[in-house]
Amino acid sequence: MIKKYFVRINKKVHQVEADENMPLLWVLRDILGMEGTKYGCGVGSCGACTVHLNGSAVRSCQLPISALAGMEITTIEGLSAKGDHPVQKAWLDVDVAQCGYCQSGQIMSAAALLKSTPNPTEEDIENFMTGNICRCGTYTRIKKAIQQAAAKS
Amino acid sequence: MKKTETNYSRRSFLKVSSLSGGGMMLGISWFASAKPVESLGELNIEPVWQEVTSFIKIASDNSIKIFSPNPEFGQNVMTSLPMLIAEELDVDWKQVEVEQGNYDNKAFPRQFTGGSQGVRMAWKQLRTVGAAARQMILTAASQAWNLPVSELTTSNGLVTHAFSGKSESYGTFAEAASKLPVPKDIVLKGNQSFRLLGTPQKNVVGPKIVQGKPLFGLDYREAGMLYAMTERPPAFGMQLKSFDVTAAKKMPGIVDIFTIKVYNDDHKFAGFDTRSFNEVIAVVGKSTWDVMNARKKIKAVWEVAPERKEAGQNNRETLIPSGLESTKKHYAQMLEMDKKPGRIERKDGDPEKAFAEAKHVIERTFTAPFLAHNIMEPTNTFAHFVGDKVRFVAPIQIPEMMVPSMVARLGIPKENISIELARMGGGFGRRAYGHYMIEAALISKQANAPIKLIYTREDDVSGGIYRPSYQLTYRAAFDENKRLTAMHIKGGGVPESPLHANRFPAGALDNYLAESWAIPSNITIGAFRAPRSNFNAAAEQSFLDEISEYMGKDPIAFRLELLQRAKDNPVGKTNDYDASRYMGVLELVRDKSGWGKPENAGKKRGVSAYFCHNSYAAQVIDLQVKGDQVTVDQVTTALDCGVVVNPEGAKNMAEGAAIDGIGNALFGQLTLTDGKTDQKNFDTYRMIRHNEAPKKIDVHFVKNEIDPTGLGEPPFPPVFAAVANALYKATGKRFYQQPFQPQLKS
Repeated sequence: MIKKYFVRINKKVHQVEADENMPLLWVLRDILGMEGTKYGCGVGSCGACTVHLNGSAVRSCQLPISALAGMEITTIEGLSAKGDHPVQKAWLDVDVAQCGYCQSGQIMSAAALLKSTPNPTEEDIENFMTGNICRCGTYTRIKKAIQQAAAKS
Repeated sequence: MKKTETNYSRRSFLKVSSLSGGGMMLGISWFASAKPVESLGELNIEPVWQEVTSFIKIASDNSIKIFSPNPEFGQNVMTSLPMLIAEELDVDWKQVEVEQGNYDNKAFPRQFTGGSQGVRMAWKQLRTVGAAARQMILTAASQAWNLPVSELTTSNGLVTHAFSGKSESYGTFAEAASKLPVPKDIVLKGNQSFRLLGTPQKNVVGPKIVQGKPLFGLDYREAGMLYAMTERPPAFGMQLKSFDVTAAKKMPGIVDIFTIKVYNDDHKFAGFDTRSFNEVIAVVGKSTWDVMNARKKIKAVWEVAPERKEAGQNNRETLIPSGLESTKKHYAQMLEMDKKPGRIERKDGDPEKAFAEAKHVIERTFTAPFLAHNIMEPTNTFAHFVGDKVRFVAPIQIPEMMVPSMVARLGIPKENISIELARMGGGFGRRAYGHYMIEAALISKQANAPIKLIYTREDDVSGGIYRPSYQLTYRAAFDENKRLTAMHIKGGGVPESPLHANRFPAGALDNYLAESWAIPSNITIGAFRAPRSNFNAAAEQSFLDEISEYMGKDPIAFRLELLQRAKDNPVGKTNDYDASRYMGVLELVRDKSGWGKPENAGKKRGVSAYFCHNSYAAQVIDLQVKGDQVTVDQVTTALDCGVVVNPEGAKNMAEGAAIDGIGNALFGQLTLTDGKTDQKNFDTYRMIRHNEAPKKIDVHFVKNEIDPTGLGEPPFPPVFAAVANALYKATGKRFYQQPFQPQLKS
């Protein structure tokens, strides 16, 4: 059923009309034109669509619009003003990306990890990041970038 | 400095033009490569002269833009190809802005991503573009200052006259340079003079990627655009019988539902025309979610498709059998084929006699399942068909190969097709098959609207163009002294053989026989990172490991011994590989991994090496096994791909190949039951994840002056056997069937 919703994304309130079951992923991409959050699997198994919900990493393909009242959502577009979040800077420094498609989700997961665990062990990183798939195989660089971001912040 | 030995001054020409607002633009024309590309079948690009006008733009304010011609899917040609131009142009890399060129076969030759050919084919061509522009700017400066060219030097985009201290930017002379004739003799730098090439440079698109900018095809949108998906048969071997979309059409946001036929019935199939299903139901709506929901309401009746023949170009016909196929049956069929005589692909000496006289024979059969590409960005394309013109924004590896197919299906002249090349969220061969562009164009035409066609992950996994399922049986004959006297390789697959009969160990053995066979199938297959090689290497390099153990020889020493024979006194006339370079990577990986050193004696390690795409790669993998858990401690890779243009990007590719290879070796499989894939999404298709990646990857390049050879694919094939051989050390068990991890007991 189509309803009117107010969602708070990147510190701004947006009014959207959408089917109550429409996942946040498609609200972001198709309605609000925020394409930084990527579609990878639609079943919460790849992490490409990771956003922050009240500061925690969640898969936006699993979040219906009707469940977001009063929640604070942050997407890759809102992670930093100029792409200068410590995680983004470390990603550039380590030259992580190959195709780059999964990296928005990887970065959002990494930023959430460092928020809750500022000095993660290798095992912490591996366990937390396990939900984010990269087919190009940039995992070792991602780990290095997270360690670097942790050391610098 | 040396004069180029290329034939550009005779057979090609450069073209220069002025930019509005001052400045110059330079491009090159050349005879496009007509050499078959190894991995993509018998592909011959038509040799044509092409007029090019847009590789470099130098504006009067000295801003420099370099266009990267090739489609980008993560191999980072957007950095490495412009580096080739910038080196010879002699500009500061930091002042260069790189832009993706659109598909334009007049402006850019060879916009082709596949076969690890990008840097290799561009190596001299793009440097010639840069060198010519530099020479013209020097000439313009010489005329403006009334000084001889010989007294002028260039550096970082400046022309300098050292004696007088005069120095001006390229931009000052760009417009005057654009009025000059293009020099006849173009001089390229010697490799020792490189300032940029060989230095590590970061991905030029990195800053946009980390901010999630809309770079990809799936991110494209424009006003009035609708979303489209296709509902296709639930199983390979099925086709549409009838359908009722009354309920689906009533769903919110749905604009239209209709069927499309990807190719005409009389289509002559070219190499990249493969598509899983020819008739599909297209659903067009206002959002992805609307379309996904409406698809569920389609009432379609599917039926088993009859046997058919697909007419290929060159008057070849491919039999597409009827029936619902299963992996279990494929494996049984492959074992049956192994018992029958195959097609002899190569024979050296008298292998039958050698086997008859052998004191001992080792025979092993290796198998592998289909693999899905699992490109992280699902298949998609934007298309807008208006009148007799169509405009695409498409993630496509080889646009030029799709154009003739589009002309045939859409009935419009090729000039009326425009393609903006979107960055691809992975490719690995999948996006060489651009049937989805034709689908998008047909849907746009019927819906009379700009549309973005999207495949769901389930569409991509269950209706893909897979790496074939393969089998290879290796037999080795030994005399009473455990000396290897002959080898026999027989292999095939569903629906093609993986065999490369003229590769190592052919050439190293007096008695050698290679036979192939194939089983027709209706499962669609295509190129997958180092096609065929990725399985050949797994089987061959596991087998060599096992027989070296029987002979009591160190696995690296045994391979080097065979290669030494192939180098000194090769058997047969046609051996595809260079034994010296092959030995070079084995020696490098041996030294860098500390192979055979006492301190590494306790490590469970495996070695493997392979040649493909004109390059050589070897790996040593150290791992541990606890129950069914495999922990890879270290990968040491040695690569000989000639001169390395961008060591940072090259290392990243080789690291990725190691992780991708380990993942596919341990977990990768697409299996079928009654034509349906058992895996449909990442919850069932097992991909390697963070916690399973190697703890450490070291990449070492053989340093030489050989012009660049392939890089994207070569480090991938050897990984599989390095894993298998290390698993043997860890478990005492040989692994013959991929994937390996399910055979470990928890």
